Amino acid sequence: MSVTRFDPPRRRDPAALIIAAGLAVVAGVMLWDSARLADLGGYSGVGPASVPRVVAFGLLGLSVWTAIEALRGDFPQRPRQAPAPVLWIVAGLSAQMMLLHVAGFSIATGILFAFTARAFGKTNLAMTIPLGIGFAFVVWTIFSQLLMLNLPAGPLEHLIFPGA
Amino acid sequence: MGAFDFLLQGLATAAEPMMLLYALIGVTLGTAVGVLPGIGPALTVALLLPVTYRLDAAGSLIMFAGIYYGGMYGGSTTSILLNTPGESASIITALEGNKMARKGRGGPALATAAIGSFIAGLIATLLLAFLAPWIVKVALVFGPREYFALMVLAFVTVSAAFGDSALRGLTSLFLGLALACVGIDQLTGQARLEFGVPVLLDGIEVTTMAVAMFAVGEALFIAGQRIHIDDELTAVKGSIWMSASDWARSWKPWLRGTFIGFPIGAMPAGGAEIGTFLSYATEKKLSKHPEEFGHGAIEGVAGPEAANNASAAGTLVPLLTLGLPTSATAAIMLAGFQQFGLQPGPLLFATNPTLVWGLIASLLIANFMLLVLNLPLIGLWVKLLTVPKPWLYAGILLFATLGTIGANPSTFELGMLLGFGVLGYGMRLFGYPIAPIVVGLILGPMAEQHLRRALSISQGDWGYLVQSPIAAVLLGIAALALIVPLILRARGKGEMLSQLAGDED
Repeated sequence: MSVTRFDPPRRRDPAALIIAAGLAVVAGVMLWDSARLADLGGYSGVGPASVPRVVAFGLLGLSVWTAIEALRGDFPQRPRQAPAPVLWIVAGLSAQMMLLHVAGFSIATGILFAFTARAFGKTNLAMTIPLGIGFAFVVWTIFSQLLMLNLPAGPLEHLIFPGA
Repeated sequence: MGAFDFLLQGLATAAEPMMLLYALIGVTLGTAVGVLPGIGPALTVALLLPVTYRLDAAGSLIMFAGIYYGGMYGGSTTSILLNTPGESASIITALEGNKMARKGRGGPALATAAIGSFIAGLIATLLLAFLAPWIVKVALVFGPREYFALMVLAFVTVSAAFGDSALRGLTSLFLGLALACVGIDQLTGQARLEFGVPVLLDGIEVTTMAVAMFAVGEALFIAGQRIHIDDELTAVKGSIWMSASDWARSWKPWLRGTFIGFPIGAMPAGGAEIGTFLSYATEKKLSKHPEEFGHGAIEGVAGPEAANNASAAGTLVPLLTLGLPTSATAAIMLAGFQQFGLQPGPLLFATNPTLVWGLIASLLIANFMLLVLNLPLIGLWVKLLTVPKPWLYAGILLFATLGTIGANPSTFELGMLLGFGVLGYGMRLFGYPIAPIVVGLILGPMAEQHLRRALSISQGDWGYLVQSPIAAVLLGIAALALIVPLILRARGKGEMLSQLAGDED
């Protein structure tokens, strides 16, 4: 910036401003939702819409406070982050979510396993995906057959446990 | 019957062979997971919750008690040998314990931590047993306004009193309260903030949110740091047994730590860290070898470790007697109760005494098991510390999603896990504490119900809330806990508070 400032280099924090905006949006959604509730306050005068409104106004206040701290540059320094590993894990979780009911627990979770390992530096997916599927299958067997949890079965599970 | 008779009855319940087996599985799993680097007790309890889904209520809660205590023991091993505390309450243990391990005294450090944890757990569980009936008696006269005041106090202490910023603590809390509004309003049956999604009518699952925040958020954060050097493990050399002088220097810190930690855990003061810091300061002042502090003083491991465990048992006092979780770990335990439709509190002591006392008694049994399990098997636990990070976090995420799928095998639930995981990542990135959002989600609906009941009784008169002396005092303390730290921070004395901050429990 070309403006001479006498302050020490405390700069505006755009990311924190986005947080402030996000908080305001959440507050707005809550106020909008509470407006359509029939307010059956009864004797108390406090109905189902009251607490969401109080929380929404609290969030609005915090949004303003956040904006002030953001403009004054009061937010702490953020640790450096590499985007690629984070995206690998998000991709793994998304893949598991979408494949779960199609491919069954073991295959879907095996892919999550391999992608997470990829994020932490094990890049050989040809090795980690089968490993992950094998491990997830063992876990599936223990939890669905022994501990009776309801875990979705897919082709692999049906192949080995035809009754599942 | 007095507390002693109830406790004996509970011991009879907990000593049934099946119950002993459940307790043994619980402590083993708890230690194994708790020892893994980066996993604190809150995440241990959340990850292992699905193991207990299909058991009966008593067996499941007993296993759960074992997991809770096991996770605490496991955490101290990690901090002594790795110097990367898995939880904020172990920072001090890492400080002195790791120094001892580096000097080749890792064995005595682990031993004094384990025995100190045992003694603290024993005394604190007995205190819990004898205090609980008294608090239950007091709590029976509590009305909605007293409960509301208690919850406000818990909100403030968890979010604003400690940590480096009241703004971020409160923001985290209010996000939790906003999420708590989702679902059917319990008093009028109207749907709130459900956006036409039927799954949301039941509200947001606490365990999904906690697992997402602690496991997914943490995994994303660690992955993003891209530092894949495995932490340096200090090998345990020499004898693991304590010498006579180690015993002489340890027993007083154990007892002092216990009596410092227990009341702090029992009060809604948020977390075990404060007790460990106070205990450390006390030991440093009283020690005959103050020059050793910072270089591996055994008192600095013994006292804080005892305080840590004593306050973990202390948090069970408000949880069991009032239904009030004062830490993230306790909030997840409360979710564990709720999966069986049990609401901890004074009524549970009246309606289901076998269950409550069985649980308290099994804490004693779990404590004995842990002592036996920990010292001889230390080599096995140390092996777990060397699991390389890719496999460790891949496994953590596998089990995190397993719990969510096991509770509700739906794509939507996994989507929420991912969404909250990303939120947890963002919160870590910007220095927002995690515990307030979890506590807000679980306590929010209860606080709302009590507030609305209180106002129904008073026919809308807000003054009613402060007309009972108990409620007025509690709200007064809450106000002080909010204002005093703000003033301290404004005067630049915030560093002490941020040191007391807790991430996890």
